[in-house]
Amino acid sequence: MIALAVDDLAKNFGGVAALAGVSLEIGIGERRVLLGPNGAGKTTLFHAISGNVMPSSGRIRLFGQDITQLRSDRRARLGLARTFQITNLFPRLTVLDSVLLAIGGACGRPWQLLPPLSSHRSLDDQAHRLLDQWGLAGTARRVVRNLSYGEQRQLELVLAIAGEPRLLLLDEPTAGLSPAETSRVVAMVQALPRDMTILIIEHDMDVAFELADRIAVMHQGRLIAEGDEAAIRANPQVTEIYLGAE
Amino acid sequence: MIWVIHVLNGIAIGMLLFLLAAGLSLIFGLMKILNLTHGSFYLVGGYIGLTVMQRTGSFALALLAAAAAIALLGAVIERFVLRRFHLDELPQTLLTFGFLFIFADLSLWIWGGDPVMVRQPRILAGSLPMGDYGYPIYRLFLIAVGLVVAGALWWFQEHTRLGTMLRAGVDDAEIARALGIDVSLLFTLIFAVGAALAALGGVLAAPILSLYPGADFDALILAFVVVIVGGLGSLKGALVGALLVGLLDDFGKAFFPQFALFTVFVPMAFILVVRPTGLFGRR
Amino acid sequence: MTGRIGSIVVCVVFVALMLALPHMVRPYYVGLATKMIIFALFAMSLDLLLGYTGLASLGHAAFFGVAAYAVALLILRAGVGGWIAFPAALVASTVTGALVAVLALRARGSYFLMITFALAQVVWSVAFGWRSFTNGDDGMPGVARPNFGWSLEGTDAFYYFVLAVVGCAALLLLAIVKSPFGRALRGIRESETRMQALGYDVWRYQFVAFVLAASFAGLAGALYAYFNRFVGPEYLHVIQSAEALIMVILGGAGTLVGPAIGAALIVFLEDYVSSLTQHWLLVLGSIYVLVTLFAPRGLVGLIVDYRQRRFEP
Repeated sequence: MIALAVDDLAKNFGGVAALAGVSLEIGIGERRVLLGPNGAGKTTLFHAISGNVMPSSGRIRLFGQDITQLRSDRRARLGLARTFQITNLFPRLTVLDSVLLAIGGACGRPWQLLPPLSSHRSLDDQAHRLLDQWGLAGTARRVVRNLSYGEQRQLELVLAIAGEPRLLLLDEPTAGLSPAETSRVVAMVQALPRDMTILIIEHDMDVAFELADRIAVMHQGRLIAEGDEAAIRANPQVTEIYLGAE
Repeated sequence: MIWVIHVLNGIAIGMLLFLLAAGLSLIFGLMKILNLTHGSFYLVGGYIGLTVMQRTGSFALALLAAAAAIALLGAVIERFVLRRFHLDELPQTLLTFGFLFIFADLSLWIWGGDPVMVRQPRILAGSLPMGDYGYPIYRLFLIAVGLVVAGALWWFQEHTRLGTMLRAGVDDAEIARALGIDVSLLFTLIFAVGAALAALGGVLAAPILSLYPGADFDALILAFVVVIVGGLGSLKGALVGALLVGLLDDFGKAFFPQFALFTVFVPMAFILVVRPTGLFGRR
Repeated sequence: MTGRIGSIVVCVVFVALMLALPHMVRPYYVGLATKMIIFALFAMSLDLLLGYTGLASLGHAAFFGVAAYAVALLILRAGVGGWIAFPAALVASTVTGALVAVLALRARGSYFLMITFALAQVVWSVAFGWRSFTNGDDGMPGVARPNFGWSLEGTDAFYYFVLAVVGCAALLLLAIVKSPFGRALRGIRESETRMQALGYDVWRYQFVAFVLAASFAGLAGALYAYFNRFVGPEYLHVIQSAEALIMVILGGAGTLVGPAIGAALIVFLEDYVSSLTQHWLLVLGSIYVLVTLFAPRGLVGLIVDYRQRRFEP
């Protein structure tokens, strides 16, 4: 079964083609890493998949359902979650409140305003368990903007997985992290349930090869290579882009 | 022929609105400040012009004095108060709101509560014969002034480096400084120019509308409607929006006199439903 | 633990004082206290919108005034009694809130500010200009207080009535902000995109918050109409909206109790200043500037900062 199918997706920003006809298919449970130099269109692709940007043409199907015209919150309720390249958290809320919001958001009921009172306690427990499980034990009462950058990136990830999404989009999860923090994030991603499909944008080649089942390389809005680690390493176009870029 | 008269009236009022809205848009476009004190700049500018007219009888001097005084006032406010909250929306709003009330009270104190009108300058008095009617030359003068100012602003925006920056809506002070532009001076300058435009509007309006306590709020509302319709931060939007609102206001007053503000409400509601960022607004 | 007990003690003392007030001060001050309580509700309703949802409205008086006018019009023009006028006023302000929300929520930030400002002034202009219906600038005197069994004509009786009504409303507001719905509003205030990405229909939450805020403002407006036994266009003017806004900011946005305190302070100050001079607007504007420069998080913010500095070096 295909988790995500992108059909000839294009996006123009006033004459500039950020995406020039991208097509890819990701199977359920697959870990796909998206590589490419800056400006290749990776984040634009993410925005199009998550609904933050509407494509100029093309189609996107999530588990067989056409989501091309759906708003981002609708897609989230269908099981799509993402992290942002620039940390996008709730600065003045506590970590606990943030996680409770993340859990509550995935409830899936469109008119959900007040979940049943009986679930208050269990939601709290669920939140604490998530924090303990993913390396943020004891931070529940702390205010988000007082966390360290590394902790914030971890929280960003926890918020995305709190709702048990079916498709997870990670936008440069290790950007700006120390080697120790990077290993922790890599371990987190590797520990995620195998039925969760994950698409990752990465700049760090080592991380990319460590996490990926398959890799896709983008350049100037197009997909120029796709395959496993060996295939990508052997691809002359890829080496040219990366050597040329350096 | 009566239609032509109404259209010309609408355009004349529209030009006044343009002066107001252009200032508002200019300030917002560069500094992301919604300047609520703008209404005060209009009214106090008008009052200063009135006082100068009363003392010297010179309309030209009134215009100059009002523009200069309000430009200075604007520069001081920007430099010493608003500067601290460059990127925070709510504090800026609160500050400019506060000044709006302070100036409202002060102008009532200084110039009293009776509505006043400024006498039309003699060279511009009289009317141009049009069919059976005579059309006031002063209003034609207003239209001319509006076109000149629009032209000057457009030229500045298209043909100077500063203008290009404004058009691009420079958000990054670093880039601006790299281009060799003194950002803090630019901000003060633009704020002063925006304020001066409002003041000019106030003096120019004084011979046909009156100056009264509350005119600052009324002017501010109309300026808001213009930028909502035309798009905040766009010069073209300010002009088109101003003309539209001016025409609607005039026709509204002619055909539905009790509901004048209502006919101004209609285009705003329409734009919000159809194109919320305004005709030429960004994003 | 002492923190919680301390808070409970303060609450109990406060409630006791409020209940005993009419026996402690002159009727004039009972009336002033009544006004403070009414505006505390008005300010708290705006706090729901501004402090909790992050939507800064410059036109909140529209709902306050619409309810007040609904009361006056129904009583004076339609001869309707208190049992109907009061709830009808709430319906009127709620519906107005919904209509304004539909338009204003088409935009954000500065546009939202301008739209709420402009729409409220439009409503004001209707009240001001439609003389045949609303008496225009002269306003509508002679609004009789409702008679729900006990007469509310007396200062003390009306004080207790307002205290009871606003007390219940305040508890309701507290429940709302502490609920998951309230948490979602705060999330929206912090990051709309993040909430959207988590699956929340942000517009819907903002809409409901706006309508709730309008309803509670309407409740305050109806009470005010009864309090003054008079309704005038100034209830709808931007100056009234500005007073509500500074009450929230002065007290501390996003705390509910802060705006209530802010309201009491501003009402008291206006009463005091107006007895000395006509330049209330000058004072109001200055408060805006001073609060923004020196206490942007309001009095509650100052207290919180002070305690943090004292107890957590």
